Amino acid sequence: MSNTSTYRFSFLVLVIVLLVCFFVNVSLGSVSIPTLEIFKSLIGDIDNESWQYIVQDYRLPKAFTAILVGSGLGISGLLMQTLFRNPLAGPFVLGISSGASLGVALVILGSGIFGGVFASLLISKWSVVIAASLGSFMVLLAVMIVSSRVRDTMAILIIGLMFGSITAAVVSVLSYFSSAEQLQQYIFWGFGSLGNLSWQELFIFFIIYSFGIVLSIASIKGLNTLLLGENYAKSLGLNLKQSRLVIIIATSLLAGTITAFAGPIAFIGLAIPHMTRQIFNTSNHKTLLPAVFLFGAIIMLICDSIAQLPTSDYTLPINAITSLIGAPVVIWLLLRKRKMMF
Amino acid sequence: MNDKTQHIVLKTEHLSIGYKTKKHETIIAANIAIELQKGELIGLVGANGIGKSTLLRTLTSVQKPLKGHVFINSKSVADYSPVELAKQMSLVLTEPIASKNLSIFELIALGRQPYTNWVGNLSEDDIVIINKAITQTNLEDLKHKKCFELSDGQLQKAMIARALAQDTDLIILDEPTTHLDMYHKAYILKLLQKLAKDTNKTILFSSHEIDLAIQLCDTMIVMTKENVVSNSPCNLISNGTFNTLFPKDLIAFDENTGNFRVKK
Repeated sequence: MSNTSTYRFSFLVLVIVLLVCFFVNVSLGSVSIPTLEIFKSLIGDIDNESWQYIVQDYRLPKAFTAILVGSGLGISGLLMQTLFRNPLAGPFVLGISSGASLGVALVILGSGIFGGVFASLLISKWSVVIAASLGSFMVLLAVMIVSSRVRDTMAILIIGLMFGSITAAVVSVLSYFSSAEQLQQYIFWGFGSLGNLSWQELFIFFIIYSFGIVLSIASIKGLNTLLLGENYAKSLGLNLKQSRLVIIIATSLLAGTITAFAGPIAFIGLAIPHMTRQIFNTSNHKTLLPAVFLFGAIIMLICDSIAQLPTSDYTLPINAITSLIGAPVVIWLLLRKRKMMF
Repeated sequence: MNDKTQHIVLKTEHLSIGYKTKKHETIIAANIAIELQKGELIGLVGANGIGKSTLLRTLTSVQKPLKGHVFINSKSVADYSPVELAKQMSLVLTEPIASKNLSIFELIALGRQPYTNWVGNLSEDDIVIINKAITQTNLEDLKHKKCFELSDGQLQKAMIARALAQDTDLIILDEPTTHLDMYHKAYILKLLQKLAKDTNKTILFSSHEIDLAIQLCDTMIVMTKENVVSNSPCNLISNGTFNTLFPKDLIAFDENTGNFRVKK
């Protein structure tokens, strides 16, 4: 708790790496634009209008989305791992992504089955976003009602998994009755996507995300107390139910909006906190929280840079890249240290 | 020691402990009257399953009494807010801590949580108190080690230091000597005795080390099926209280040596 200052150098390095990654991410894409022109377009001083459009309305929002998604998932993963004292926990253990999946499945797959009402909504991006938000909100509400009645935190974990199973089952039933085209659309949503968010959408995303971050920062002290276990935390005067609720709401806001806007992005939320603990070698959330923020953003920018296969016309699903890059890194870190930090 | 009797840190009145479900109550012990004086080391002994843990849980406000009250510094435990109570009473539990990745210093620093600001920043006063707790428990050489690098005995010392850093009048420990070898059992209890004397704190611990407790405690609380007796070890021996602790078929208390012997 006293050694935050010794990490100042590491943080400085991370911030520089983040800036570099951000710039590299914006520079790369299917259309190759000279580096100097990228700089110019960032300050809005460029002659080529299509380049200007590509950078300002496509690449920049995508890079910001990557930062929000990576940092948000990393932080919600960290909160869940500490709350459940379980290194396998991630942002989606409470069934938030399953809730979102159900919402989206109802819109995409259900439009064929229920016809009329849904079909008239059309499957616009906003209807997917709203459906995903409603889905995760319903699950959040259910988890909160349950967690206010349950004394054992582990029970909440299991209840979250149960909600996941129920929604997965409903999605299976819907899939069974859907057309191939609808299924494909649903599966594509499941791949996750950082692109195609407008500035306006990004702004709404950012506002909800900020609430989640503020609540996470407010939980730092409680999270540190929880490192001792719940009974010790209580003996130190922590209001367990209240802290638990704030942590759950923060996670839901972060993971819920991210899933709504970018799809269910796997792995990052689980892996980033582990990478950060290995490298910073601390459990103090005052250090971990900002470190996870930076790491999450960096890794997501790197993954996105790779996913768009620079200079080619193809873009790989971001979900595949996060696992392809992330899993070996976590394995390597664990082998190197031979010790699970938690 | 007349001045000691003037300051009672913990007191119970008509206390009944046990469990209540919707249908019926299970009373484990009734009418418990305990008074713990300032600066005393108190050992709580009793057979397995007699209700030591239930008594400690009730005293520490983890569970509600069936009847009666527990007072700490003449205020009912129920009237304290969680943070106020954390400034009166610190605990050392039998359960392991959740994260062993904390350094000893960080672990002990968490004892300052009831006093720190919203983000848990340590003031200079906090650091002074933490370092004092480290010195009192002889942990200077280990303070930058991680918890997973420690032996059980060292970790127990660190947990005691954490309770000291919480700066409370009362420290309650649940079986602090389990998992320790004979030397470290004696070491930990001796340390508790020294801390009670040096810091004038009241230290209550439950234990199965009856012979060590007899030698080190100022007062002992003996729990049996019939009642809860608290007195000085000498008086308890001469009253024959220790003979009522266990069923009489296997072991018997030897008043001359102060420990239990297997019947031949």
